[in-house]
Amino acid sequence: MYFIEFIKGSVKQVTTGNKYYWAWVVFLCLLIVIGTIAYINQMVSGLLVTSMRDQVPWGMYIGNFTFLVGVAAAAVVLVIPAYIYNWGPIKEIVIFGELLAISAIIMCIGFVVVDVGHPERVWHMLPLLGTMNFPSSLLCWDVVVLNMYFLLNFSIATYLLYKAFMREDYNHKLVTPLVLFSIPMAVSIHTVTAFLYNGLAARPFWNASILAPRFLASAFCSGPAIMIILFQVLRKTTKFKIKDEAIWKVAELMAYAMGFNLFLLIAEVFKEFYSDTHHLVHTKFMLFGYHGHHNIVMFTWFAIFASVAAFIIFVIPSTRKNFLTLNVGCILIYFGVYIEKGVGLIIPGLTPDVLGEIYEYTPSNTEIFVSMGIFSLGFLIFTLMMKVAVPITRGEFHSSRVSVSQE
Amino acid sequence: MTDKHTPKTTTKACSRRSFLKTAGKALPAVPLLSMQTEAGFLERFFQKNFKELSTREKDQIVKRLEQEYEKEYGKKFTVGAEPALKGVQFAYALDLSRCIGCRKCVYGCVTENNLSIDPQIHWIRVLEMDEEEGVNLHNATPYYNHKKVPAEGKAYMPVQCQHCRNAPCTKVCPVQATWLDDDGIVVIDYDWCIGCRYCIAACPYGARHFNWAKPKPKREGINTNTHYLGNRPRMKGVVEKCTFCVQRTRKGKYPACVEACPVGARKFGNLLDPESEVSYILKHKRVFILKEELNTQPKFYYFYG
Amino acid sequence: MYFFRPDQISYKMILKHRNIFSSFWGARIFIVVSILISSLLLTSFSADTDEPSSDKLGVQVPPPPFSEDIFPCSDCHDEEQPTNPNRRELEEEHEDLVLKHDEENRWCLDCHSPIDRDSLRLANGTHIGFEVSYKLCGQCHGPKLRDWKAGVHGKRTGSWNGAKQYLLCAHCHNPHQPAFKPITPLPAPFRPSEIRLNK
Repeated sequence: MYFIEFIKGSVKQVTTGNKYYWAWVVFLCLLIVIGTIAYINQMVSGLLVTSMRDQVPWGMYIGNFTFLVGVAAAAVVLVIPAYIYNWGPIKEIVIFGELLAISAIIMCIGFVVVDVGHPERVWHMLPLLGTMNFPSSLLCWDVVVLNMYFLLNFSIATYLLYKAFMREDYNHKLVTPLVLFSIPMAVSIHTVTAFLYNGLAARPFWNASILAPRFLASAFCSGPAIMIILFQVLRKTTKFKIKDEAIWKVAELMAYAMGFNLFLLIAEVFKEFYSDTHHLVHTKFMLFGYHGHHNIVMFTWFAIFASVAAFIIFVIPSTRKNFLTLNVGCILIYFGVYIEKGVGLIIPGLTPDVLGEIYEYTPSNTEIFVSMGIFSLGFLIFTLMMKVAVPITRGEFHSSRVSVSQE
Repeated sequence: MTDKHTPKTTTKACSRRSFLKTAGKALPAVPLLSMQTEAGFLERFFQKNFKELSTREKDQIVKRLEQEYEKEYGKKFTVGAEPALKGVQFAYALDLSRCIGCRKCVYGCVTENNLSIDPQIHWIRVLEMDEEEGVNLHNATPYYNHKKVPAEGKAYMPVQCQHCRNAPCTKVCPVQATWLDDDGIVVIDYDWCIGCRYCIAACPYGARHFNWAKPKPKREGINTNTHYLGNRPRMKGVVEKCTFCVQRTRKGKYPACVEACPVGARKFGNLLDPESEVSYILKHKRVFILKEELNTQPKFYYFYG
Repeated sequence: MYFFRPDQISYKMILKHRNIFSSFWGARIFIVVSILISSLLLTSFSADTDEPSSDKLGVQVPPPPFSEDIFPCSDCHDEEQPTNPNRRELEEEHEDLVLKHDEENRWCLDCHSPIDRDSLRLANGTHIGFEVSYKLCGQCHGPKLRDWKAGVHGKRTGSWNGAKQYLLCAHCHNPHQPAFKPITPLPAPFRPSEIRLNK
C-alpha cells in the first residue's frame, strides 16, 4: 500500500520543480530527441554513418562505455570509507554515489546497444535462451557483472530510500553485507572491462597486464570528480547539507588514486620505449603521432597535462580545500580521464591496425549526437532519481504513516 | 513454421526509408517498425544458432532464404548447408616467391563470394612491402597503385582469414556466432551475429569485415551457388570473412582465389591427406605462419617455393 | 585418393589447330576422342556418381601453347629443307625469337630435335613430344619439376580431392624467355576514409 504511495509521491516529486529544474529537464530531453533521431538514422543507414571502419572497429561509443564503467565503479570510493571506517559525513552521501552508479550503468548499456549492429539479437547472449559463450568471452563476463552491479546498487538504493520514506531504520544485517559485496563488484566490473581489452593478444597496446590496475586507478579519480561537483550543485540548489570534510576526504582519496594512475602510466611508457619493440608504434602514435598522423597527439598531451595538474591540486591540502582550485581540479580530472579512456585507450589500441594500416578515426556527427543523447538520458535519470532521493533523505518526503520511531 | 509468407525485405525497407524521409524523423517508435508484423518475423526472430538447428529446421530455413534471395535478385539460388567433411582439415599455402601482387585473387573472391561492392568489402588484402625488408607489416600497404606489378624492389603478401586452430575471434564472440568447424574452417552464422565487432578487435590478421551498411553485391553475375555459412547474401550489421569458399571446397572444388591466381602461388588441400599439395609443402618447403608468437596456430602457411 | 604420375596425363586435344589431322596426331586424336566419347557415355549412364570416371585416372593438361599455324614444324622443315646443325643467328625465319634462357650456352637445337623436327630432344638424345615438354625443362630445373609433379609449382585448378587441371611449364613461362612479364594489377581497395554513405 505504502509502496503505491511511494511511487505516486515520487512521480509528484519529479513533476514539480522550479524553472531551472524544468529548463534542465527540457534541455536534456531535447538532446535525447536529437540523439534518438541520429540513432534512427544510424539504424536505417547502418553504422556506416559513424566513422568506425574495419580498421578501427570500435570508437567513441565503446570509449564512452569504458569511461562510464569507471564512473559506475567509483561509487565504491564513497562506500569504502563510509562503511569500513564508519565515517559519518560520507555515509549520508553514499546513496548518491549509488544513484550515480545506476545512471552510469544505464548509460553503459545504452552505449553498447547503439554500438552493436543487431541490438534486437542481444537475447542470443542469454543463457539457456541463446548460446552464451561463457566463460570464454569476456563480453559475457562483462554483461554478467554489469547487470549484477546494477541490480545490487538498484536494490540497495531503492531499499534505503524506501526505508527512509517509511521513516524506518533500515536492516543493517541486510544492507551492510550487500554494501560490502558491492565493493568487490565495483572492482570486478572495471577489471572485467579492462580484461575485455587486455585479453586481446592482437592489440599489444591493450595486451598489458597493467591495464586493469590503470583502469581502476583512473576510475577512482573520474567518478568522484563528477560527484564532488554534483555535491556542490546539490548544496546550492537544495537544502541538502554535505559537509566540507566529506568532500575533502573524497578529494584526498582522488589524489592518491591519481598519483597511482600516473605512476602506472609512467611504468607502461617506460616499458614501451625502453624495450622499443614493434609494439611501440601505438604509444608513439598516441604521444607523438606516426607517419604524419597527429590528430590524437593534442588530446593525449592535454590529458596528461590535466592529470598531472589535477594531481598537484589534489595532493596539496591548501588547494584541495579551496573550492575554486578543487573544482578546476575536478574538471581537469574529468576531461583527463575521459580522454584517457576514450580517445586515449580505444584509438591508439586500434591504430595502426593489425596489418600496420593507419586510419585516423575522428567521431562522426552521428556518433557525437547519439553519445550526447545517451549522456543526457543518464543525466536525466540521475536528475529524476535525485529529485526523489534528496527530499527523502532530508525527511521532507515520507509516507503518511505515523512511523514507529516517531511515536 | 511456414514458408508461405516470405517477407519482402527490400521493398519494405525502401518504403520505410522513404517514409522516414517524408514523414519526418522524430518518431522514436520507428525502429520498432523494422520488426515487421509478418508471420515470418517471429520465426526469424527466434531462429536458433545454426549449430543447434535440426536437419529439418535447416531445410526450412534454407528454403525460406532461397525464396527471399530469388525475390530480391530475380534468380534461382541454392543455399547449401553441407556439414563439415569427415577426415578433412583444410589448409592453405601461399608461395610468396611467386606472388606478383596482381589482386586477381581479391576480385575472384569478390565475385565468388558475392562481396559488397558498395560499401566495398574485400576478404583478401594484398600487402606490398619492401623486398629487402622481408615481411614487415609496419611498412606495408594494400593501396599500391602501379601500372605494372610486380613493382621494382617490392614484395607482396596477400592476407586473409588464417583459419586458426586457436582462433581469438571464436574465443571472444559473446554468442558463439562464429566457430571452428570440424573440417578446419572458421565459419559465421550471419543470422546469429549481433554485430558487436569484438571478433574484429581480436583478429590479429584483419580478416574480419563488418557490414557497415546493407551490402550491395553485383546484381548481374551474382553467384547463386551459395552456402548458409559462406557466400549467401548477407545483411547489414553482421561480420563476414573468408570461409575457404565453403560452398566450393565442401564439394571438392578449389577455392576461387586458387583458381584466380595467375601464377599458381595459391595452394589448398587437406592436411590429413599425406599426398595433398599442402602436406607436400609442409614436408618439403620452408614455411612460416603470420604472427606465430600469438599462438593462433593458423592453417594458412606462407612459403618460399 | 588419386596419385599423380606424369605418364598418366591424359592429353586432351582441343580441335582448334588446323594441322591437327597430320599423320603424327591422327592415331592419338582417334584414341583421345574415343576415350572422351566413352567417358561421356559412362558419366551419363552413371549420373549419380560424383566424379566422371575418366577424371579419376589423373590430371589434365591443355595442349601446348603453340603460336598459331606453327605446328607441326615438319610442315616447313621437310625433306627439302635440310637441317643446318651449326649454331648461328637466325635470319630467314624465326628471327623474331629472342632466346633469353641460358643463351650463352644454348641454341635452338639443344632442345628442338634436328632429326625429328616435331619433337623435342633430351640431353641424352631421347625424343619427346611437346605435350611432355616438362621432361625437357626438368633436366635443368629438377626441383621445380618435382614440385610441379606434386602440384606445388604452377597453377592447379579443379578439385582439391579429385581431378586437377595442370598446366605445362610453357603455358606460363615462354620457353625462350621464361621470366614473367609484369602485368597490370586490378584496382586498389578503397581506403576506409573513402568508404562513405552514397545517397
